[in-house]
Amino acid sequence: MAKRKNRTYLKKKITRKSFFKSVLYGAGGIIFTGLLDSKAFGQLLENKPKAKSVIQIWMWGGPPHLDTFDPKPDAGKDYCGPLNRPIDTNVPGIKIGQLLPLLAKQADKYSLLRGMTHGNTGHETAAYMVQTGRKPGEGLVYPGMGAVVSLFRGQPPEYKGALPPYITVTTPQGRFSECGFMASKYKPFSTGGDPSREPFAVEGIVSETVSEERQKTRKEFLKNIDSFTRSMMEDPLVKVIESCQEQAYSMILGEARRGFLLNEETKETRDLYGRNRFGQSCLLAKRLVERGVPYITINYGGWDTHKRHFEAMNQKLPEFDKALSALIQDLTDKKLLDSTIVICGGEFGRTPRISWEDPWYGGRSHYGKAFSYFVAGGGFKGGQVVGKTDGTGENVIERPIYPWDLIVSMYELLGIDKNAKLPHPQGLTAYANPYTAGVISAKETGGMLKEIM
Amino acid sequence: MSLKNFEFKAVIAVLAVFGVLFAIGAEPPEQPKYQKYFDNFKQNNKIDELVLNVLKSRDIPPSETCPDDVFLRRACLDLTGTIPTSQEARNFLGDKDPKKRAKLIDRLLSKNEFAVYWSMKWGDLLRIKAEFPSNLWPNAAQAYARMVKDRIQNNTPYDKFVRELLTTSGSNFRDPAVNFYRAFQERSPQLLAENAVQNFMGLRLAESGLTENQILGMAAFFTKVGYKGTEEWKEEIIFFNPAGKPLTDKEGKPVLPTPLNGKAFEIPADTDPRLVFADWLTSPKNPWFARNIVNRVWYWLMGRGIVHEPDDMRAENAPWSSELLKYLENELIAQNFDLKHIYRLILNSNTYQLSAKSNEGNDEDEDGFSHYRVRRLEAEVIIDAICQITGTGESYQSAIPEPFTFLPNNQRAIDIADGSITSPVLEMFGKPPRNTSFESERNSVPSVTQVQHLLNSSSIERKIVNGRLIQQLISQRKNDVNLVDELYLRILSRFPTEEEKKLALAYLTDTKRRANESATDIAWALINTSEFILKH
Repeated sequence: MAKRKNRTYLKKKITRKSFFKSVLYGAGGIIFTGLLDSKAFGQLLENKPKAKSVIQIWMWGGPPHLDTFDPKPDAGKDYCGPLNRPIDTNVPGIKIGQLLPLLAKQADKYSLLRGMTHGNTGHETAAYMVQTGRKPGEGLVYPGMGAVVSLFRGQPPEYKGALPPYITVTTPQGRFSECGFMASKYKPFSTGGDPSREPFAVEGIVSETVSEERQKTRKEFLKNIDSFTRSMMEDPLVKVIESCQEQAYSMILGEARRGFLLNEETKETRDLYGRNRFGQSCLLAKRLVERGVPYITINYGGWDTHKRHFEAMNQKLPEFDKALSALIQDLTDKKLLDSTIVICGGEFGRTPRISWEDPWYGGRSHYGKAFSYFVAGGGFKGGQVVGKTDGTGENVIERPIYPWDLIVSMYELLGIDKNAKLPHPQGLTAYANPYTAGVISAKETGGMLKEIM
Repeated sequence: MSLKNFEFKAVIAVLAVFGVLFAIGAEPPEQPKYQKYFDNFKQNNKIDELVLNVLKSRDIPPSETCPDDVFLRRACLDLTGTIPTSQEARNFLGDKDPKKRAKLIDRLLSKNEFAVYWSMKWGDLLRIKAEFPSNLWPNAAQAYARMVKDRIQNNTPYDKFVRELLTTSGSNFRDPAVNFYRAFQERSPQLLAENAVQNFMGLRLAESGLTENQILGMAAFFTKVGYKGTEEWKEEIIFFNPAGKPLTDKEGKPVLPTPLNGKAFEIPADTDPRLVFADWLTSPKNPWFARNIVNRVWYWLMGRGIVHEPDDMRAENAPWSSELLKYLENELIAQNFDLKHIYRLILNSNTYQLSAKSNEGNDEDEDGFSHYRVRRLEAEVIIDAICQITGTGESYQSAIPEPFTFLPNNQRAIDIADGSITSPVLEMFGKPPRNTSFESERNSVPSVTQVQHLLNSSSIERKIVNGRLIQQLISQRKNDVNLVDELYLRILSRFPTEEEKKLALAYLTDTKRRANESATDIAWALINTSEFILKH
């Protein structure tokens, strides 16, 4: 009897240890080794995927397609306002908004998806569709692309870096829960701080006020004073915390933090991106890609311009143009563009017809029937336009692209198996790929973006 | 019989038994190795008797009863989600009354924070949230949360509370209980039934091995829930709609409302089936209703359900002790669904008051209650505790819908009514998004990111450096010993041990740093001990 008991204990021990091991290494994590979830939930394709990383420029609020990537100069003042002179790009036949002259010189490196549509005009519901590739109301709340990509590509052997596999610069995305039904360990790490400031304080990693010397003194003192941890070493949770502290210090006092040290870049490079929060965020994203981080979101708000829209555009678009063109050029020069998908867009576009009246004074509202996305790199061809809207940019008339069409295309380039499943806390079957899940009807898809892959 | 004679006989008897065993090659009988642990286990009430029976039968020795300082912090955290102030700690630890634990429990049960903390838990289960996916709308979410808090504050009998949620008709703003029927992306009878069954019966309808007709039979109670708008922006009326479309089975026949344990109800056309459902559900005879809630309360307080997980009470998922579960169920019914009675029983039991430290025989006891189960504090509780200690506030906001909602700086996180109002730090520590009613949606597993945040974020650093704590302690300190005591009491709710005191004093008086820097470091270190972020 005693023997039998011991044996069951032994079995329990193993289960518990491996459980905590998996908890530990997946835990919102910094170092990802050992037993990992992705293996249990689908596998990567056998052929080598083209894309290794994604930089998502999340323009929440909804950027105006007419003033950026789908100009309609012939639609008249009520549609174009003051921005009625789109410019030629270096690809014959493609014109873009007049406030994007630097991007105009690089149109061969990116493609424009002018056929984006989903018809929804609520920020949160539209954001959910665009970020997850799912329609709301399936009874489950799905994780966003960042969580899915970091689940499948953010762990060894694909990713062995010390930095977290899913990083948002500088704040979390908000408006939808990034990890959906998956555990909160799949949430992104948010840097906080402002990369255009010196020093750039990264929450939890680079402190603005505590010197390295003092960090070490504190660490030593904490170790001495923490009698509870010493007396409870048998407790699995205490062990997890101890190990998390060890890993945290390997970041705080170790090599990985250099990814965030923008002052290691030359003055010229920093100027090229623009000395503002968005510009330096793009530069940071490039540094993170260099370190292999699979998914980076730049949370770039301020596009919900119901009022005085054109004043906002005069301010935002030049900064956007400068930073994004610098990023594309830099990735090209570093030979990283081929393995890095860059996508820009929001939860929807903005109403083509302008509201001139009080209280909008030239505003654009939410618009989900037609909008544009910018995609580059990672296996997406450049110099192409996919989809077409009518003369006023109000309806997609050729080649509609739904959010899931774009996301499935990205998953394909990233090598995520179309039958891969997501870990569901109650063990329900949940496919990563919205097509495979069978929830997309034929009239709500334009299919994968084969024409540019 | 003289003692000596007895001893002699006993020795002979023992030898004889050994001899026999040796002769037939059997193992010696199980030594009552853990007898002293069982003997030392105090039995405060019936719970302890039932728990002890199980522990004995499994030969798992219980831990010791925890000391007063541990009990104080634990009870405050478990009942009110709030750590004690240094004054509360001094008072309790200095109190010589042998009944002081029971008195503390009563005091905590009547505190406002009790209602606040438990409405947070109910807010999770009921998914009280202005926007996606519940889409209640901000003022309806606030009204709903207020109603829940009010019922907990008044200790409304649990059956009445559930009945109100299930049967109210009216406006989402003025009759807030109707929001029970609104917190859904899709409002199908199946989803309404699924949620009611999960929350109030602890069953996962789709995964409980039920037939499709059984599920449809339950859903049929909710086919006559009507929704309509009014002239007021985002107001919605929930009403009994006799014209609601009946569900049909595979053969196209209409499905009658049918309880899981009985025959179909013939409900007159002018009667709201929700009333019939509530009658059936909240009856003392319902085999799931009281059982579900006492198991949940046990889970909430003990960190593991008697049936685990608490929202998976299928028949095949056996309870750790059916006697214990039955006892609590009977107690709840006998006390007219007074939930505080159950809280009081559990908190007063020695089982609850056991130390978290394991002993030689129970360190592998994972599914039982031989020692207190260590858990990480909930996201909201951690942030509130740090704010309380440092005398600082935290900002919470909802970026949905416009205009954005901002809360005043002194807002407690456990008192945020609307799940759409949050902060990145709360999310980092696993505040549930209120997407579903599963208990497991709340994630309290420590992660590297969380630990990093506590060790080295500007937000925590600012709180310690600029908050009232250090400023006040440095300027008002009587002497260094007092300063160290006060830091321990405020942060860990206890006095330092001699060794800790020595270490802290040495650090404090080290002339390499200024005194307030040293005090800052000590406060920082105590906040970063695992003792601080774990309930233990």
